[in-house]
Amino acid sequence: MNDSKPPHGSLDDASLSALYQEVILDHYRKPRNKGDVEEVTHTVTMNNPLCGDVIDLLIRVKGGRIADIGFKGKGCSISQASASMMTERLKGKTVDEALALSGTFTKMLHGDEDAAGDTELGDLRALQGVAKFPVRVKCALLAWNCLEELVGPDA
Amino acid sequence: MKTLAALDVAKIRADFPILGREVHGRPLVYLDSAASSQKPRAVIDAMSDYLSLHHANVHRGAHELSVEATNAYEGARAKVAGFIGAASPDEVVFTRGTTESINLVAYAWGQSLEPGDEIVLTVMEHHSNLVPWQLLAERSGATIRYAELTPEGRLDLDHLASLIGRATKLVGVTHVSNTLGMMNPVREISALAHEAGALCLVDGAQAVPHGGVDVQAIGCDFYAFSAHKMCGPTGIGALWGRPELLAAMPPFQGGGEMISEVRLESSTWAPVPGKFEAGTPAIAEAVGFGAAVDYLESVGLEAIRAHEEEIARYALDRLGELEHLRIVGPTENRLGVISFLYGDIHAHDLATILDRRGVAIRAGHHCNQPLMDYLGVDATARASFYLYTTRAEIDTLVEALLAARDLFGGFA
Repeated sequence: MNDSKPPHGSLDDASLSALYQEVILDHYRKPRNKGDVEEVTHTVTMNNPLCGDVIDLLIRVKGGRIADIGFKGKGCSISQASASMMTERLKGKTVDEALALSGTFTKMLHGDEDAAGDTELGDLRALQGVAKFPVRVKCALLAWNCLEELVGPDA
Repeated sequence: MKTLAALDVAKIRADFPILGREVHGRPLVYLDSAASSQKPRAVIDAMSDYLSLHHANVHRGAHELSVEATNAYEGARAKVAGFIGAASPDEVVFTRGTTESINLVAYAWGQSLEPGDEIVLTVMEHHSNLVPWQLLAERSGATIRYAELTPEGRLDLDHLASLIGRATKLVGVTHVSNTLGMMNPVREISALAHEAGALCLVDGAQAVPHGGVDVQAIGCDFYAFSAHKMCGPTGIGALWGRPELLAAMPPFQGGGEMISEVRLESSTWAPVPGKFEAGTPAIAEAVGFGAAVDYLESVGLEAIRAHEEEIARYALDRLGELEHLRIVGPTENRLGVISFLYGDIHAHDLATILDRRGVAIRAGHHCNQPLMDYLGVDATARASFYLYTTRAEIDTLVEALLAARDLFGGFA
């Protein structure tokens, strides 16, 4: 290898570092709530035909609340981390709270700074960096599209 | 051993204006030519010259411009025909590209199919040589059978041969795989098809750009390809067919250009290739297609192939140095395409990270979903090379891959 070249320098691009934060890679490599949900009441599979990302979302809704939530699937780090973080954040929330969060999250991915400042999002704010990569927004939204499909206004 | 003058790649690169630009502040490293090649100034100028000075509709007017446009259009057909060894320009139908060429055959020739007839394809076909046949099978009641791969990732010829029988009407196979990069023995496959009384269609989209295709030597019945993968424009490609087959086939689309006589009760068709070219054709694109043939021939196809082989070998060596990098498919006899997986970084993440360093690769299933399923992978990263690719660009690819690894904190 040629020594005169700059080092691989993963930190030379701030937007990349913002995209691939440690917390995102951690959820990608150690997804939470991945697997079956007992007494599941709602389930859907959605995919992204261009990428091949696939998410199965499984929910048990009881008394208007998301009593349990899990997912299965495969795809890029952004789609899988977003699904994992979403399930962690939504467990125990009412359906209305979940949908409100979905709206805030979607706004954040479309570049809305106010939405990105909403502490309700918790760890999900780590995905704010996706907004700078328009072709990857659909990866981050795949799990949330599943949620909207299951319990959203048109469900 | 015959020695070839090495390509003057720096000179070639100067022919391609786009190769001088930057992406995200870095020099563009374009490693996605298998998806679509870049265009030399000669092609851009030929199209611009045609549009600026010679345009009119073809095959119609008695006026000077129409004559010039017709000559340019038909001249391009002759160049394209010569490039693939056709016996006559009349055997070459201009289409929108490989996909339309195959759809044309599946629609027009396919009208003779009946329930019980079989079409034999391979699991490595691009969606464009799959879906038209699935649509035909649905319409006609015919059945599709798929030849599988050997454990090394090559086409299993024995399996293919075992599928071809009395019910087989057509064997469709890609000349060069767009994902695995290797060349299929299309001559042998055409002979197998003919022994059974079947026809053979070859998808040449990934083969023609490298030159040296001779449809008569292959002995196939149909050959489909696109201009945009061989330095030409998008929106135009060609179907070569045996003249007696093309003559016997019903039209594909109806309209102007393709008729001989039109009466309110019925019409008669223009001779081939006009019969299959309904409506005003893509004239400027055809001119660009012809200019692309001229350009590649002026550079020299043997030298281009030698260069591509050399770059592919170098890329395989360099990529082979990386721990946790897995090449998908056979590692020798590659034609300018390398698909790979790198650690646990998904291909789309790789493509995003590489793009920030100006490196353009393809990520995903490459319109090859059944092959991906067959290989047991969701998506691969694919780097593809052409006459303008340099060793330095391969080095940049490797550096960018290492940066991706670092960004992901290494591999377990």
